[in-house]
Order: sequence, then structure tokens, then C-alpha cells
Amino acid sequence: MLHFLASRLLSALLVIFGVSTVVFLLIHIVPGDPVEVMLGEASQAADREALRHALGLDLPLWTQLMNYYGHLLQFDLGTSLQSKRPIGDMMLEALPATAQLALAGMVVAMLVAFPLGILAAVRKDTPLDSGAMAFSMLGISIPHFWMGPLLILFFSLWLGWLPVSGRDDWASLVLPALTLGTGLAAILSRMVRASLLEVLGEDFVRTARAKGLSESRVVLRHALRNALLPVITVLGLQLGTLLGGAVITEIVFSWPGVGQMTIDAINRRDYPVVQACVLLISLSYVGINTLTDLVYAWLDPRIRLAEDS
Amino acid sequence: MNDLVLKVEGLTTCFDTASGSLYAVDGVGFEICRGETLALLGESGCGKSLTAFSLMRLLPTRQARIAAGRVVLGGDDLLALPELRMRDIRGNRMAMIFQEPMTSLNPVMTVGEQIAEAVVRHGKLRGRALASRVIELLDAVGIPDAAQRSNEYPHMLSGGMKQRIMIAMALAGEPDLLIADEPTTALDVTIQAQVLELMRDLQRSKGMAILLITHDLGVVAEMADRVAVMYAGQIVEQAESRDFFASPCHPYSRKLFDSLPTIAKRHQPLAIIKGNVPPLTAAGYSGCRFATRCDMAKALCEGEIPQLQDAGPGRAVRCFAYDDRYRGQWGDGASAIIPAAAARPQQQESGADGGLLAVRDLKVYFKIQKGLFKRTVGHIKAVDGVSISIGRGRTLALVGESGCGKTTVAKAILQLQRPTSGSVLFNDVELTTLGGEALRRSRADFQIIFQDPYSSMNPRMLVGDIIQEGMIALGVEPDPKRRALKVDELLQQVGLPPEAKGRYPHEFSGGQRQRVCIARALAVNPKLIICDEPTSALDISVQAQILNLLQQLQRTTGVSYLFITHNLSVVAYLADEVAVMYLGRIVEQGRVSDVLTAPRHPYTQALISAIPVIDAGTRRETIRLEGDLPSPANPPTGCHFHVRCPQARPECSLQYPEAAILEDGRMVRCVLYPRR
Ligand SMILES: Nc1ncnc2c1ncn2[C@@H]1O[C@H](COP(=O)(O)OP(=O)(O)OP(=O)(O)O)[C@@H](O)[C@H]1O
Ligand code: SF4
Ligand code: SF4
Ligand SMILES: [Mg+2]
Repeated sequence: MLHFLASRLLSALLVIFGVSTVVFLLIHIVPGDPVEVMLGEASQAADREALRHALGLDLPLWTQLMNYYGHLLQFDLGTSLQSKRPIGDMMLEALPATAQLALAGMVVAMLVAFPLGILAAVRKDTPLDSGAMAFSMLGISIPHFWMGPLLILFFSLWLGWLPVSGRDDWASLVLPALTLGTGLAAILSRMVRASLLEVLGEDFVRTARAKGLSESRVVLRHALRNALLPVITVLGLQLGTLLGGAVITEIVFSWPGVGQMTIDAINRRDYPVVQACVLLISLSYVGINTLTDLVYAWLDPRIRLAEDS
Repeated sequence: MNDLVLKVEGLTTCFDTASGSLYAVDGVGFEICRGETLALLGESGCGKSLTAFSLMRLLPTRQARIAAGRVVLGGDDLLALPELRMRDIRGNRMAMIFQEPMTSLNPVMTVGEQIAEAVVRHGKLRGRALASRVIELLDAVGIPDAAQRSNEYPHMLSGGMKQRIMIAMALAGEPDLLIADEPTTALDVTIQAQVLELMRDLQRSKGMAILLITHDLGVVAEMADRVAVMYAGQIVEQAESRDFFASPCHPYSRKLFDSLPTIAKRHQPLAIIKGNVPPLTAAGYSGCRFATRCDMAKALCEGEIPQLQDAGPGRAVRCFAYDDRYRGQWGDGASAIIPAAAARPQQQESGADGGLLAVRDLKVYFKIQKGLFKRTVGHIKAVDGVSISIGRGRTLALVGESGCGKTTVAKAILQLQRPTSGSVLFNDVELTTLGGEALRRSRADFQIIFQDPYSSMNPRMLVGDIIQEGMIALGVEPDPKRRALKVDELLQQVGLPPEAKGRYPHEFSGGQRQRVCIARALAVNPKLIICDEPTSALDISVQAQILNLLQQLQRTTGVSYLFITHNLSVVAYLADEVAVMYLGRIVEQGRVSDVLTAPRHPYTQALISAIPVIDAGTRRETIRLEGDLPSPANPPTGCHFHVRCPQARPECSLQYPEAAILEDGRMVRCVLYPRR
């Protein structure tokens, strides 16, 4: 167990190093100049030079990179070129918003996907199954940037029930959470159905039925827990799509989260902020993957007990 | 024994397929009384399991449906009950255990939880009473350290223990009827003996009725009071066990006996049943289902459907030869049935001429690695000093329980797994030091056939190409025309039609696939074929065909066999010598006739006594071995067998006994036989 966490920490460090280097190089290669964005196109060349010098952008790339690593080692993410605020503070503001959105999306997804997937599996090849799967197909095929506006159009503009965008009260969370959750629910319900169908054909399910257990107990207590194992694995692999969906959802609803912050920073060529955001996103990738592995091990005694010994 | 527990009448279960209904169980009827065991005997696919599932009303798919019949359990007609009432009966008055203990338990629940669930479902116990009931059940099925074991997960238990857990679970509701579907087929013989004994003891103490489903005549002989033989969805014969084994009546039953390999049938071909089980077509049958394969079929068998006929007390046979109206056509009824294979003169036991394979002190250790840097923390001694030799045209059988290292020996001989140490001298060439091209070229001389013929073939290759592949790779027959001719010849040799080469493996039955594998091995003219459990996935009658084929090929081509098996009757029938393996070591080795009839090593004695025997006259007391095979990663000191050996002495744990050669030339490693 300890050993497992240690190896994950190591891989997190490797990820930080690799990602920060690649992103650092990439944003310097792509065209665009933060100084020009800050001062406007009509600014004087001398002013630009002065600003560039003040920000340390005239140093050789190599030196800039080394400085960056140096600061990272002291947990200093730097300051935004744009707002001049410490990036750490900006993150602390954006992070809760994103976490809230992700969590709400996840809850929506689970609330929809589990009943739907289980029902479809248990009632395989009935209209209920086809209906559930048609719905999930729809959910998968509608992209977030299309789903979001659609919901806004219906609930905000037409019915006027919910705010169009922003993050004010609970009502403003509903639409973004639905947007993010539906896509995930669609994928998840298919996975639950497929995995459960496979497990329902296994011998131990037959054993459970032969004990005289009720069908709901057979499904919920015996089959579902086993069916979750592959679902969790696939979910871990699907994380990229998920994070991508979160970024797009934030943009559509002007949700003040990390995704929004990243895109803004890219548009303004705010290098340090872009770096920090990408780093955070990759780290959350490692973190969530570790979490899925832990949950997996907790669910599967074959792995849990092998880790201990 | 007159209190009836179960009465089944006209049970018919069908699969609704696109091309119509398929009657996989067709009019099955039988009765079982308290304390009685009825064996349902038949080959794979005959509908045994489906019958059991129909009784439990747990059909495998939605397409399956019980079309007709009555199943009466202690007064209740089960087929008429609503599903909710049926659930009160399942696991309570009627419980079932299955063939695959490995997969029949839920991997994410402790065994205690799984047993408790059955107790709670039907007993309504709680808290302390529940826990002690679970321990009581575990004790009843002979699980040591019950309290601790109940907290373990299924993957921590051996196959035999898992089957005990299944039995404990079935006992939870104190059932009147226990249905056991091939309960020991997946287990080793010594473990099978333990489980069968447990079932017998429990039956005696609880008086439950047992429906035992099996394909093993030996298990039937040991366990059953009465026998029902099933063929193509119908019961073709029912009799008291004693009568059945004294004189089987139905032509199919007789064939089953004749196709059993035994020591008495050595060097004569086994009886085979020609053809295959007929398809259970939707159209149904217009005559006897066995007619196309029956040696005694007459014109009327094709045109009329035989019914179960009384043939003596407690006995019924589905065959016209026992029908008073037609009996005349077969002469004097049952007695007119000619014994299948008239004994042929015994062949001379051919003496060994020169060694082909000599394996000396072969060791194969696998490293156990752990941690980030893959530190080696120990070794699994899969093969720990094995010496065997095989003469030209001879057959050596290597026997032992699963996990004792048989297959690793085979791989190490073939150099598919490089041995850790020791020598493998094949045709006077040392294989262990041979590498690259030289080894590749010599591969033509030794081939292997596996247990599962299907998974050892590429399903997307035509049979003709599968057979040619080795010839091309090893350059045995470079000319394509002559190679094609050779393929035809090989197919004919293994008894397949030439058209077979244009078909894919999945279009063949298990027995036919094994023939293709044999043809593939023969294609490169090997001097040695290693057969790794070649018949254990096959039915008795199909096994007979393969054994006949192997024997005939040895006569015509002079090939030697290393025959790896756990089936001692096959050894008795086919092999010249036998080596008995336990935990990576050979404990006894000698001529088959000596070792099997008078085993000397305590393990060999236990192994042989554990095999269910058919002939009641030769039945011996089973030497019961405690526990399971220890782990080869951490084998007991000294004689590996001392923790289970009934004759162990203090010195046995001190050192590995030296090999003693007895007067009849056999080798034994046991302190009871000191080296002279
Ligand atoms: N899902 C299915 N669809 C169509 N036919 C099936 C299906 N399952 C089983 N069968 C057929 O039903 C028949 C009886 O099957 P069953 O499992 O009862 O055989 P069995 O006697 O128990 O064999 P074994 O010894 O291999 O366990 C077989 O002919 C089989 O091919
Ligand atoms: S009825 Fe005819 S074909 Fe069928 S088993 Fe009897 S003799 Fe053979
Ligand atoms: S050496 Fe001892 S323990 Fe081993 S088989 Fe012989 S008597 Fe038994
Ligand atoms: Mg079966």
C-alpha cells in the first residue's frame, strides 16, 4: 500500500517535470507575443523591450526554463503577466469552481447512469433496454458545446427558470452540471450495462440464484460489485475526455474555473498561467488515476490482499 | 427406502431458436427417495445439466423454456409454482452444487458472507447465532480453522476447499434434495475422493437424496444406488446400480463400457461408437435416436420411436430389443447382444531397444520477484531433479496431480522452457545446450499435442494449412505438390476425410480437432510426441477413438510417446512405463503392470486407491490424504510428501530419501525402501 503510494508520487513528479518542460517549449514555439498583447499593437519598440526585460522574457530560453524549475521547487508558480497577481491565489479561486462543477457533473452522471445501465442489463432486449441505449447514444453524440447552448435556450431563455451563465447561486450550477453530466452518463450507462451483462452470465450469479435469493439481491449485491471493476478501469481511461468536457462546459457557461482560466491565459499569451493550469490538469489526471486504482483495489480483494502481503 | 423426495415426469425443455424449437431435454422422468443417490450418466451435450437446471427452474438463457412435464418435490408441483414461491424452495428444500468451484463463488465476498447469506435467506438467524451456524457448516464439510477461513476470499482457497464451501452453502437450508452437477470433475483424484466421501457421509447423517450428474462411470459405481443413462435428451436406460454394472442393457450403455480403457484391454483396440450424437433438430425423430450409431439397429429402428420398456425389476430400457413385440427379431432379446470387441491375442510386450530420450536431474526453477527492482525473493521449484528415459517405440506415462510440474517437464524437454539445470539427451544430442538454428532443425523430431485442441490451433487457418505449417517451417517436404499429397495421407492416417483440409477448426468436434492436432504433429515425422492430457477434455467414446489412433500410429511409425495424464486407466491401457510425480519430483517409476497393480510408494498407493473403480470386486479402501498439495514455492523439507503421508516417520522430514531400485527394476524414493 505504502509502496503503491510512493510509486504514484514518483510518477506525479515525473509528470510535473515532463509536462512543464513540454508546455514551456510549446508556448514559446507557437507564434504570439505577450508583450504585444499587453501593450497593444501600436506600442513603441523601446517600451516593449523594457517590459520584456522587466519580465525576464529577453533571457535565453534555457535560463528561463531553469528559473522556472527553481521557482517550482519552492512551490512558487509565479505571477500572471496580465493581472500581476500571484498565480497560486488565482488557482485557489478557480479550483473550487471547477471541483464543484466536476463533482456535480459526476453526481448527475451516476444518478442517471447506474439506474439506466442496470435496468437496461436486467431487461435486456426489451423496449426499455433499447430506449435506454438510444438515449445514451444521443448523449454520446451531442457534444458539450452544442448541449450547453441547447439547455440555455430551453431553460433560461425560453422558460426563464435558470440563469444563462456565471456562478452565483445553486441555480446557476444546474445547467453546467447537466451539460457535463449527460455526456458522462451516456458513456457510463453503456459501460455499466455491458459489464453487468457479462457478469450476469457468470457461474457465481447462478450460485446466488440457486440459493433462492431475490433477483434484486442477485443483481445489486452479487453482480453489480463485480461489474464495477471493469467500469472503474474504463472510467480512469476516459478521464481525458472528461476533463476536456469540463473545459468546454466552463467556456460555454462562463464558469469561472480552471478551464476558463486556461483558455483566457492562452488567448493573452500569459505564459506562466498557461503553464500552471496545464500542470494542474495533468496532476489531477495522476491524482484521479491513483484514486481509481485505490477504489479498484478496495473493491477487489484479489488485488487488495496481494498488495498487503 | 420408500419416502419419495422427487418425482419427475415427462420433463421437456427446449430452446427456441430461429429455425424452430430444439428439444434438448425430451420427456425425462425419474424418482429419487430419501437417502438415495441417483446418478444421471451421459456424455457431454446430452442434456444432463439442462435437466438439473430445469428442476431448479434456473434455465441458462431466455431462449430456453420448460415445455412440458411435472416436477414434484415432496408434494409441491414445482413447475406450477409462482417464481416467488420457487425462491423459497431453491437453496432450502432443494440445493445445487456445480462443476466449476473456481468460478462458482463470488470473488469479492468472503466465503463466510456467502454461506451466511444462504443461512439468513432460509433460516432467519442473526448475529452470534448466525456466525456460529456458519462455523458449524464449515466444520461439517471438514474445513480446518473454520473461524478464520470464513473471513477469507475464494481466491485464497484451493479447488477442493471451494467445492466444500459450495457444499456448506447447499447444506445451509438442510435440503431434502441435493443436485450435484459434475461436482468433482474439475478436481484431482485424491481431492475427488475426499469430496465424494464427504457427500456420502453427509447423506448418511442427514438422509438427503442426491441427484448426481456425471460422465464418469467410476464415480457412478462408487456413489450411486440407481443409474439413469441419458442420450440425446432422453433417458435410455434406468437400473439399480448393481444390475447396471453387472450387465448394462441398452446398446449405448454397453458401448460406454466397452470404450473404457483398462489394463485388461491392453494392445487391443477399444470399442468405439461410430458417428456423432445426432443433432436435436426441430423436426424431431422418426425412429430411435441411437439408430445411426447402433451396431444392432434393424429396419424398424429407423421407422418407429422406441419407448422405455420394463426389463426386469427396477429396470427400464429404451430399445426395441427389449420390447416383447419385436424381441424376436434380435433372437433371444438381451442375450443376443454380442460382446463388442472379441478379445484378440495379446501382443508381445516389445522390449526396449536403445534409449531415445534420457533426461537427467532436470530442474526448472521460476524466480519469485517482488518490489520495484524485481528482487528475487525465492524460487518456485516447479521441477526439482527429474530423471526419466524413453525407448524407441515406447510409451512413458507421467502422472501426478495438477500443479505437480508435469507440463513444465514437457516444456523443458522441448526446450520451450530452458531448464535451470540438468541434461536432456535426445537421440544422443544434448538439447539443453543446443541453440538457434540447430535447435530449430531438431524440433521436427519432437512434437507436442495439447489438452485443448481448439485453443492450440489458429481459428482463422484452414486445417490443411495448419497441418502444412510445420512442414514448411522445418523444410520437411519442400515440394508443394508432394506436400499436398502428404496432407491427404496424414488426414487419412488420423481418420479424417480429405475434404477436411478445406475447412476451419471450429467446424469440427472436439475429437476431430484432436485428430487434426495429431496429424499436425505427425506431419514432420517426429520420433517423440509429448501428449499433454490429450483426452481429458473428451468424452469416453471419443477418448477411445483417440487412444486407438495413438496406439495404431505407434505400431506403424514406431513413434515414442511421453504421455502426461492424471487418468490412471488410460495409463494402464496405453503406457509401457509410468513415472509418478509429486511436487516436482518423481517418487516412483517402473513398468505399468508392476506399479499400478502393486504400488510401493505411499503416495502412489494413495493415488491409486483414490480412483473410483467400476468393478466392485476389486474395490479397495481409499487411503485418505489430508489436505492439499503444498506450494512448490515453499515445499516441505525432506520427503515432500511427509506432511500428508499416512506412513510418515520422524526421519522423513530430515532429508530427501535416496532412490532405491527394487527387485522388479522399479525406482522408489521413500525411507520405507532403503537403498541397498
Ligand atoms: N444457449 C443454448 N442455445 C441452444 N442450445 C443449447 C444452449 N445451451 C445448451 N444447448 C444445447 O442443449 C443440449 C444439452 O446441454 P447440457 O448443458 O444440458 O448438456 P450436458 O449433458 O450437461 O453436457 P456436459 O457434460 O458437457 O456438461 C446440448 O445439445 C447443447 O448443445
Ligand atoms: S432401438 Fe434399435 S437402434 Fe435403438 S438402441 Fe435399440 S437396437 Fe439400437
Ligand atoms: S519417505 Fe516417509 S513421508 Fe515420504 S513417502 Fe516415504 S514414508 Fe512417507
Ligand atoms: Mg453439464
